[in-house]
Amino acid sequence: MSLIATDLTLTRGGLPVLTGLSFRLDPGEALILRGPNGAGKTTLLRTLAGLQPPLSGEIEGAEDRIAYAGHADGLKSMLTVTENLAFWASVFGTRDIAPALEAFRLGPLAQRLAGTLSAGQKRRLGLARLLVTGRPIWALDEPTVSLDRDAVALFAAAVRQHLSQGGSALMATHIDLGLEARLLDISPYRARPGTRAGASDEAFL
Amino acid sequence: MIALLLRDLRLAFRAGGGFGLGLAFFLIVVTLVPFAVGPQSSLLGTIAPGILWLGALLACLLSLDRLLALDQEDGSLDLLLTAPLPLEAVVSLKALAHWLTTGLPLVLAAPFLGVLLNLPGPGYLWLCLSLALGTPALSVIGTFGAALTVGVKRGGLLLSLLVLPLYVPSLIFGAEVARRGAAGQPLETPLLMLAGITCGTIALMPFASAAVLRLGLR
Repeated sequence: MSLIATDLTLTRGGLPVLTGLSFRLDPGEALILRGPNGAGKTTLLRTLAGLQPPLSGEIEGAEDRIAYAGHADGLKSMLTVTENLAFWASVFGTRDIAPALEAFRLGPLAQRLAGTLSAGQKRRLGLARLLVTGRPIWALDEPTVSLDRDAVALFAAAVRQHLSQGGSALMATHIDLGLEARLLDISPYRARPGTRAGASDEAFL
Repeated sequence: MIALLLRDLRLAFRAGGGFGLGLAFFLIVVTLVPFAVGPQSSLLGTIAPGILWLGALLACLLSLDRLLALDQEDGSLDLLLTAPLPLEAVVSLKALAHWLTTGLPLVLAAPFLGVLLNLPGPGYLWLCLSLALGTPALSVIGTFGAALTVGVKRGGLLLSLLVLPLYVPSLIFGAEVARRGAAGQPLETPLLMLAGITCGTIALMPFASAAVLRLGLR
């Protein structure tokens, strides 16, 4: 089942940022979002993940199928690496966290408190969470921030394996992961300043 | 779902988790009262039910601002929203975890503090019962307040201002049960009202909390 977005208009802070955006993401495919700061990459990913509704347009095939990883990793610093992963695994109804630990070489850190990890190690743990969700579509917002070169390679391998198993990935990233990926430049879809398009929910806040 | 409850309980008991904070606050407030009003034991016995209820209510308030704000800060609230758990269940479990780590210890500690305030003998049972019936409502209403202020930086004070008026019905009937119990008067009416308020808030508030949370996180 593909993810199909049709004629999306998205808002951030009550103002439209993107308009008229349509794209399709098929199983086994990776799509890399490009666009300058403020173009709406994060807004698009959050909307697809269901964290905010689009102002107009339709999204098909996203419900309960997206694993979202944003800027924050969602880790509890007073829980160990294993406890953090096991929590997300049981929330998403999966059991086995060993492959996720292995894919991001977290084995030696398994009993450490997440709060004592370095920024890059936390990021690896945050990305390992994607594997335990068991969801087919990954929506990733700058996934390689604070990763070193080896960790980026681990991440690229994890994405490649996910794609080979019929999953798909949508990423906002500026570094080349060496993946066979389509580019989606969202800057042409930028909403013109002044178009309010009925985005008036700020009036109530 | 049980995983979320277990995680919250585990976090509460780890360093910095805030377990015992409410209990210690309750203890201190109740200990300060005899210093403030003087040692006349008849006066203390009269005001004991009200003071104990007020102390428990303020102690419940103390740990509310971390209920959802911590999850929002580290990003796990966003991730929970994308998880296959209904948001209503998430906020109910959060409220349950709050009650287990804050409300329940207060219920268990109240009789010992009743001694400090010279609470009359028949009052102990009714004090505990009224707190056990009333504090779940405080946690559930407090979760609603926490959901309202989740996006607000340093929203603790705003949270207190929003939540305290909503605590009034529970306080009136809870303290009334304890007072009538201590005085040996009939107390069915306030007891039923207190239980009704708690049942009503447990049934309805999670929907309100989930709705404001969805709006607030846009």
